[in-house]
Amino acid sequence: MSIDTLATDQTTHLPVASAPVPAALVAERVSAWFGDHQVLSEVDLVMAAGKVTALIGPSGCGKSTFLRILNRMHELVPGASLAGQVLLDGQDIYDPALRPIESRRRIGMVFQKANPFPTMSIYDNVLSGLALTGRKGRRATSEHDELVERSLRRAGLWDEVKTRLGTPGASLSGGQQQRLCIARALAVQPDVLLMDEPCSALDPTSTRRVEETIREVAGEVTVVIVTHNMQQAHRVSDHCAFFLAAEGQPGHIVEQGPTEAIFERPQDQRTNDYVNGRFG
Amino acid sequence: MSTTLTPESQSSGPEEADGPVLDRPIYTDVARTPRRTPAPRVRTGGVTPELVLHLVSAFAGSMALTWLVYERLVPVAGAMGFWLCWYVTFLVMLAAVSATTLDRMSVIDRVVGAVVTTCGLLLVGALVGIVVFTALRGKDALGHWNFYHQTTAFIGPDASLDQGGIYAAMIGTLEQVAISVAVSVPLGIATAVYLSEVRGKLARLVRSVVEAMSAVPTIVAGLFIYSMLILKFGQERSGFAASLALCVSMIPVVTTTAEVVLRLVPGGLREASLALGTTQWQTVRRVVLPTARPGLITAVLLGVARVIGETSPVLLVAGSTSELNYDPMHGPQLSLPLFVFNQMRLPLDEAIQRAFGAAVVLLVLVVFFFAMARILGGRPPGRLSRRQQRRLSGRFAAPTAEGTL
Repeated sequence: MSIDTLATDQTTHLPVASAPVPAALVAERVSAWFGDHQVLSEVDLVMAAGKVTALIGPSGCGKSTFLRILNRMHELVPGASLAGQVLLDGQDIYDPALRPIESRRRIGMVFQKANPFPTMSIYDNVLSGLALTGRKGRRATSEHDELVERSLRRAGLWDEVKTRLGTPGASLSGGQQQRLCIARALAVQPDVLLMDEPCSALDPTSTRRVEETIREVAGEVTVVIVTHNMQQAHRVSDHCAFFLAAEGQPGHIVEQGPTEAIFERPQDQRTNDYVNGRFG
Repeated sequence: MSTTLTPESQSSGPEEADGPVLDRPIYTDVARTPRRTPAPRVRTGGVTPELVLHLVSAFAGSMALTWLVYERLVPVAGAMGFWLCWYVTFLVMLAAVSATTLDRMSVIDRVVGAVVTTCGLLLVGALVGIVVFTALRGKDALGHWNFYHQTTAFIGPDASLDQGGIYAAMIGTLEQVAISVAVSVPLGIATAVYLSEVRGKLARLVRSVVEAMSAVPTIVAGLFIYSMLILKFGQERSGFAASLALCVSMIPVVTTTAEVVLRLVPGGLREASLALGTTQWQTVRRVVLPTARPGLITAVLLGVARVIGETSPVLLVAGSTSELNYDPMHGPQLSLPLFVFNQMRLPLDEAIQRAFGAAVVLLVLVVFFFAMARILGGRPPGRLSRRQQRRLSGRFAAPTAEGTL
């Protein structure tokens, strides 16, 4: 490849800073199994573009499995299978013509446990999405620097790390590592960001920073968050879906709707009990 | 307690607390209260005078008793028996003495502790003994400069130590081990990646084969290469053939160790990488292998350690010579273990001293390799290179400080 084509490659493939368009994510009749054990049954959920959707419910009701189905991480577990459709802007991400890595590039994920790459610096961690997908190019450019700064600012981490971008990502505190993971996920400019209990291991201050980050990126990115913290769901989300699994039964959505409605006027007694902390 | 108590947690009340109910917090901010003399540090664990007393008394008592029985009462002799009897008596006495102040479980704990410590000391002692013994026997040969840059090609077996040396053997060992590493490490690590990352249908079969391979006696590996390469394909005996024979021993060691190391890489890192939309190969190359790098270096080291002293496969396929041969592809080539073996068979003091000298050089070589690999592989991960750091610090006008850590 010549220098010229390399250069154009970089400019065309680097995510553009302006006008990222959030996309709606629609799950239709999603069921999931681990081997013969069904964990989700017939879940329908619309995750509106640019809004924050919270998935709440007690442990073991299939929230995380559902979240992992949304960017094709579920199938990485040996023996896992699923049914139904997940539509991103009207296109099924499980369409056989679409490769999983293309869906995963558009639908980013932040995990329960902060997992920055231990062999990379803070700087390289942020850019790892580009480097790993071969979109970074060989030469370091000022575009990369700008992308790193922008992503870290959006994740609310820039001021804390701007003087030590060259140090290992693992040298940060737990809360900072989690925000680094958010910056890493945002750097590839995803349309959707999935978060699997991102604050369950964080202290209240870090949790507040992450929640501020979620509120800031909402609008540009569609956010789906699994949380066990009712106050958090109340604070950050626009929509809520309450998952529940009866003893030995697969999980399903009991009730969904605007967050205010779920918390103030739940239609189902079980939802009422759960959001008010009477069980779970 | 955190300073950001929420209303809920305050209302859930002091009446549940076990201690006395306080109506306000006690002020214990060390930074603002007047300085006091620091409290003395508490000694925890370690050796207590009582333990020393018990050990010394058990040692003296068992020594005296064993001496009395062994030398005065029973008509047997022999150092081995004496020390065995002494050790058993020592353990019994230690238990008895300890029982005067400790309960049963603590006595057992102390006796087991003594046994384990003894095993450790014995092992270290044996290792030191081997090294010191080899060095002492070889020191006459090692003292001569010619030992390092001459060969034994044109001297008689009874030549004095200021003639001849191990240069040819060193060259042979270095070349053969280098070829073995070049063949085995890529193969071994690729197999490990297959077993732990790809997990194909054949993984179980491959794992069984690798395990079986590690149980193959090295002489059989030598015979295999001999019958295949030399008898079947008509190759001459050479250093390269010896390297291939060494590979048979080295590949399973590298593979099994590398697989264990790759499995230790947290699954969360693989998921994080895949969730960014990467292919499996990129995940393996940029995330899994770099994260496992220190362990992979250990895998290579274990492989080298396994083969560098191998004699039997080399004996069959490397040919017999005492001349210098730089070319591993053609003609017989000497190596250090082979040199030791050849010299040891000669009934001459000088030859045996040369053998021990070569053994010491082999030991030093192994230590050197290990040190090199640790230095090369031990670079702290996750830092930018110097050039990247300079560029960044220029751009953001702030030091990307090494000192902030």
